[in-house]
Amino acid sequence: MAEITPEEHYITEEPYYEPSGSEVAMFEAAWHNRLPLLLKGPTGCGKTRFMEYMAWRLKRPLITVSCHDDLTASDLVGRYLVKGGETVWVDGPLARAVRAGAICYLDEIVEARKDTMVVIHPLADDRRVLPMEKLGLLLQAGPEFCLAVSYNPGYQSVLKDLKQSTRQRFVALEFDYPTAELEARIVAAESGIDAALAATLVKFAHMTRNLKGNGLEEGASTRLLVHAGKLIASNVPPVTACAGAIAQALTDEPEMLAAINELSASLF
Amino acid sequence: MLTADDIAARLDEYLETEFSFIRSDELAPLILALTPAEQAFMLDWTQRIASTNTEIAHQFVRRAPQVLKAQEPRVIEAWALHAMDVYDRAGLRAALEVIQDVERFVRHSHARSAGALFDEVSGVLLHFVHGLAGRPLKLALSDTAWTDSETIHLPALLAQLPTGAENFRLYKALAVMQWAQIHHGTLRSALTADFAVWPDAARAQRIYALLETLRLEAVIARALPGLGREMQQLQPEYVAALPAAWQAAARQLQGAHSTPAASLALLPALYHAALPPPRLWQVELYLQEVAACMQTRMAREKLLLRVRLAQWLEEQRNKAPTDGAPPRLTVREAADDAPPGDAFELTLNDAPVAPPEAVAQLLTSIRLDLGEIPDEYLVPAGPGEYDPALYTEPADDPDAVWQGTYHERGASYYNEWDHGRQHYRKNWCVMRERDVTPVYDGFVAATLQRHSGLVAHLRRSFEAMRDEERLLKRQVYGDGVDIDALVEALADAHDGSEMSDRLFTRLHRVERDIAVAFMVDMSGSTRGWINEAEREALLLLCEALEALGDRYAIYGFSGVTRKRCELYRIKRFDEPYGAEVRARISGVRAQDYTRMGFAIRHLTQLLNETGARTRLLITLSDGKPDDYSDYRGVYGIEDTRRALLEARRSGIHPFCITIDEHGPEYLPHMYGAVNYTLVNEVRQLPFKVAEIYRRLTA
Repeated sequence: MAEITPEEHYITEEPYYEPSGSEVAMFEAAWHNRLPLLLKGPTGCGKTRFMEYMAWRLKRPLITVSCHDDLTASDLVGRYLVKGGETVWVDGPLARAVRAGAICYLDEIVEARKDTMVVIHPLADDRRVLPMEKLGLLLQAGPEFCLAVSYNPGYQSVLKDLKQSTRQRFVALEFDYPTAELEARIVAAESGIDAALAATLVKFAHMTRNLKGNGLEEGASTRLLVHAGKLIASNVPPVTACAGAIAQALTDEPEMLAAINELSASLF
Repeated sequence: MLTADDIAARLDEYLETEFSFIRSDELAPLILALTPAEQAFMLDWTQRIASTNTEIAHQFVRRAPQVLKAQEPRVIEAWALHAMDVYDRAGLRAALEVIQDVERFVRHSHARSAGALFDEVSGVLLHFVHGLAGRPLKLALSDTAWTDSETIHLPALLAQLPTGAENFRLYKALAVMQWAQIHHGTLRSALTADFAVWPDAARAQRIYALLETLRLEAVIARALPGLGREMQQLQPEYVAALPAAWQAAARQLQGAHSTPAASLALLPALYHAALPPPRLWQVELYLQEVAACMQTRMAREKLLLRVRLAQWLEEQRNKAPTDGAPPRLTVREAADDAPPGDAFELTLNDAPVAPPEAVAQLLTSIRLDLGEIPDEYLVPAGPGEYDPALYTEPADDPDAVWQGTYHERGASYYNEWDHGRQHYRKNWCVMRERDVTPVYDGFVAATLQRHSGLVAHLRRSFEAMRDEERLLKRQVYGDGVDIDALVEALADAHDGSEMSDRLFTRLHRVERDIAVAFMVDMSGSTRGWINEAEREALLLLCEALEALGDRYAIYGFSGVTRKRCELYRIKRFDEPYGAEVRARISGVRAQDYTRMGFAIRHLTQLLNETGARTRLLITLSDGKPDDYSDYRGVYGIEDTRRALLEARRSGIHPFCITIDEHGPEYLPHMYGAVNYTLVNEVRQLPFKVAEIYRRLTA
């Protein structure tokens, strides 16, 4: 692929997305009313794909930032760099998104450092400005700009919880694994396996989701099912594919691994 | 070469013959006849067993030389250890039976090597049945395989099949068969069926059970095809070998839509036919137990469901106030071919709703018992209908252990190292955590005031060790520009020399990530001023640690015999330091003896659960490990040493602060040469403990 700047990252082909509720209409309404969005849901249930789909629908560039525990405010807003003996200001992704009227998607926002949240606060309420402290400027967001963050409430860690002052600024969209029927359709469409095999994979996923709280932190996500499906489509035997793409991804604990492998061996 | 007299002398010593009627001169020839290597082996094991019990050792000497001719030493070792385990668990008589009936042990050990053991497979099986849909089931040990609709019962050992792998598959088949009995109506229909109309009700019930196994096999093969194939491989020709009438029944039952009613309908035709041999995975039906279990559960779940529904509707009402019409709840059954998980749908005022997890689980469980959700179950409970006390088990009073009201419920077990035996005693210590009763007296205030200068000093010096955000200069990348570096670099550039690229500043957090557990001796010997000094030391330590921000826990330990090993919670890892903890420190009182192994093992586990990078276990002690009767001298020291070795192997750094001036004689053996400190003056303890901690972690 040719090199493009984030502002040029328009999604031209319709991404495959199966709505499971009214999330598309909600997102559009929030966008028209310039409200920021909070996507809640377990990992791998389609949040990122949904963002791509909405960017395509609204015809706005999509700038995605995956947050990590060393992500600072200047990583988002921008910083001075030294070029040829002079300092030069370089915009961070958030500032670029505001300038370009893009959709800025902060993935796994709770992973970022606490000071990062404060930067997005003025952008996420009716002021819609991005303060650029080091420049002494306020950047006003245009009507097309949209801020969306995602967050997985499944992590039961007090350190990884959103503060009320942050969460009460957002319109929340709740995502969960799709219904069995829909999920089978998604797995079949994404991986190219037949419908019966996809349905069995979904059944297996439900078994692992039954184990959540009984030794597993999370059950198998739709994404993992698609991975396993792709391996199966490339002629990997189903039990081997599930062991590699799903069981090993879910846990390291030997007994649990054995149990999950037994479950998949029972199904195929 | 040992002579008969040498051997007799050794046996005299091991078996303490002067206090018994054992004649070592009769026993010695038995050993003398062996090869020198075998003699050494026999004497070693006799000594080890004698450290547990001399009578078992005596019988061992009588039996073992003969067994040694036919068996490998490995089997003899296993036999001797098994006998000692049985002695620990069930006493002398049972242990002597093991020694006497060596043939049975050998037979069993053969079965063990090829069979599958419940203890080994239960972990995997439990996850496995949790993965299958429906009510969360429990696993338990029993003589036969049967279920009461909540617990899957399995035998301790399966050795019917030639290999361990096949026996494991049989375990799986038995567990899934029980799951299927619950999930596919076998139990529900059996309870409503009237077997008493038959002359021999037990026979009718047995036929029903056999028929259901045939039916459920097919159900399993459809839902879990992989497992179905495995089961067929375990016993392939079974159906084909059945009598004609049973074969016909099997064909009929294994169709896609057959129900338990079909099995009941076949009863008249098969009642007088001969019973076929049971399937490998035939599960017993104990209907009385099922009925009892269901009855209590159904009453409980009905009320619980109605209470939960009421709570949930209340929440819904608060979110979106309605016009005040009473909510109408209905359950709509899904079509037969709907995928699992969507088998039913709850509707509120005709709109489908997703109930909370707890309600959904109850609905699933009730549907399993009744086959449907009756309307009266969906009436939300009114106020006052629910008395939680009816459905929670009363907490055990830890003091009741000696009154015989309960034994080892709510306790954890820990192994203990038996030095004489050179082996662990399994689940030997019965450990309980108890809270120290807080005492609100003047102790805290008085201590803090007396040592106010020291407290301030400790806080300052500990604060200096805190993790902090440091501004790193001259970085390759960072948030700000390092002006000093830039000016230098520009000067360099004008000079014509190469310009550095380290021009940025960056905030970097240095994390300590330390968890420390303090294990405080609360044995009787600390009574008086040692206890006083310990409490002061703990208080000052807490004040200092609060300034530092390390995670820490404080537990006191004491015990009387292995049955009553107690850890006294003073502060848990996740508990904030406050008035309550201070009052508990004030409430630390001298208790009984110093059994240490269990405390180290338990705190090791707690420390490892914190996930901190550096984990410290610091013991405050006033003397050797010591307990009533058995934990004296070498035994106690060796067990403690073992426990510390285990801790070290799991990545913990143990350290000991002692006030026992004889400490240097045994502490290096237990903790290692450098991992202890002797505080000579008890009065210095409060100053020293915090200081030692600072040195350890700086």
